[in-house]
Amino acid sequence: MTNLLTVQNLSKSFGSLQVIEGFDMHLDDGEALGIIGPNGAGKSTLFNLITGSLTSDTGSISFDGQDMTGLPAYARCRAGIGRSYQIPHPFGGMTVFENLLVGAAFGGGEKEAESYDHCAEVLERTGLIDKANTLAGSLTLLERKRLELARALATKPRALLLDEIAGGLTEHEIQDLVATINSIRAENMSIIWIEHIVHALLSVVDRLVVINFGQKLDDGDPQTVINSPEVQKVYMGISIE
Amino acid sequence: MTDSYNVLRSTRASRIGSIIGLVLFIVLVSFPTWGDRATMRLLVEMFYILALSQMWNLMAGYGGLVSVGQQAFVGLGGYMLFLLTIHLGVGAVWTVPLAGLIGAVVSLPVAFLVFRLRGHYFAIGTWVVAEVFLLGFAQIKTLGGGSGLSLPVSVVKSIASSRAGRDSAIYWTALFVVVAVIAIVYFLLRSRHGLALTAIRDSEEASNSLGVDNFRAKLLVYIFAAFGTTAIGALIFLTKLRISPSAAFDINWTTTVIFIVVIGGIGTIEGPILGTIIFFLLREPLADFGSWYLILLGTTAVVVMLKAPQGIWGIITHKFDLRFFPVQRRLELKKDD
Repeated sequence: MTNLLTVQNLSKSFGSLQVIEGFDMHLDDGEALGIIGPNGAGKSTLFNLITGSLTSDTGSISFDGQDMTGLPAYARCRAGIGRSYQIPHPFGGMTVFENLLVGAAFGGGEKEAESYDHCAEVLERTGLIDKANTLAGSLTLLERKRLELARALATKPRALLLDEIAGGLTEHEIQDLVATINSIRAENMSIIWIEHIVHALLSVVDRLVVINFGQKLDDGDPQTVINSPEVQKVYMGISIE
Repeated sequence: MTDSYNVLRSTRASRIGSIIGLVLFIVLVSFPTWGDRATMRLLVEMFYILALSQMWNLMAGYGGLVSVGQQAFVGLGGYMLFLLTIHLGVGAVWTVPLAGLIGAVVSLPVAFLVFRLRGHYFAIGTWVVAEVFLLGFAQIKTLGGGSGLSLPVSVVKSIASSRAGRDSAIYWTALFVVVAVIAIVYFLLRSRHGLALTAIRDSEEASNSLGVDNFRAKLLVYIFAAFGTTAIGALIFLTKLRISPSAAFDINWTTTVIFIVVIGGIGTIEGPILGTIIFFLLREPLADFGSWYLILLGTTAVVVMLKAPQGIWGIITHKFDLRFFPVQRRLELKKDD
């Protein structure tokens, strides 16, 4: 497999608080990578650094052979990095369909009229087709989470970064969402998924990375990582499965 | 199976609305041939206030650029009318588009300064710029300095020889400007750029991570608003025939417009239209009450902001799903036979 995303020696601090420190990571083409870690470990910050919502203090990020370090978020999206937000950021005054058009027309670099079919197709597979003309501001939490996923897919990404997309959903909703994600994955989409709901994560990912205090604690086969004493210690008292 | 979808751009209200709009347009175009002079003057004022409101709404309601210094461009436009007609012999009506171009050019260095500021600081920064313009123009002796100047009789006569002819010419120019402004804003919002601007209106963070270059979109909107506002400024002082720094760079140009956009409904095309009508309906009967008029205006704004942050048009769309200017794209299932 070829390397799609490489993160080297990434660091970020907010004032005196070091959130990410000397972080190395890579993602292969077509791979699904899960990231876990306690609250405040720096998972979302890591995503923000990769997608360009934040700029790193040190280190480099390359994607698909291109250097992404220092590029603004919109350029990284156009290069093929699609993301969903932990707290959904819908365009509330636009319809669900229009939300996708923004992604397709700008992130995907398509002519608006040429992206209609693609957007309708994404709505079908994410289960939002019946809500196409609903204002995004009036969606339920599950629908908002699905919209985050759909909007990211509309940009025709090479890699999909999902930030706690299953958080706050019911068990049944999670199963639906996992099925959708697995069907996207079946088309050779590369995925990085941050999630607290570990069993959902384990049913999708090939590899697991554990972050603690902004540093990589472990990286490898999901089952091996989950069972390692170090990881168990970090999650002490919390049943992972 | 995705071929079975259609994308609709118009609504029932918009089809009816375009007929009403056309009839209204014909009535307004023919107005100077049958209407009275006082109403005509009032309509001209409504036209330019509405045009200013549309410009501010595009910038603040969509681009999120809450400027309280647009009077900088109104005043600049006014002064360009005097400069271009008196010193360069340009025809009075032609100064309107020319002033717009000058405004767009001037907005570039201004944007370079104020775009470094965010949120409230941006608002204050734009106000400071307007004050600097005021102080600057007051220093220019050839433009009347601090006391201002009047448009020479020869220039006034060049518009049309009779007073009725001048009134009609100015009326039609104002009508043309407001129709053009609404049309441009409408087509801009229906375009790809409209998607980006509406997305920025709703969430800047998400639009950026979906591939929208927020900075570029905002800059273009700012320059376009400066173009429109400066052109409207030239038009405003063409109706007044006299200018002074304090009248040209009066902050009331902006506060009136903010009032209109906020009570009408920010981030919609219909909102400023409704807001302008409400503003003039309140102003005409209350003009004799002096400061009570301002107190009432302020109270109206506060009540609307508290009870209906989306403005009065926001309540109407929410209840009746009315859209006379459909900038939406609706996905419809094609009816296969």
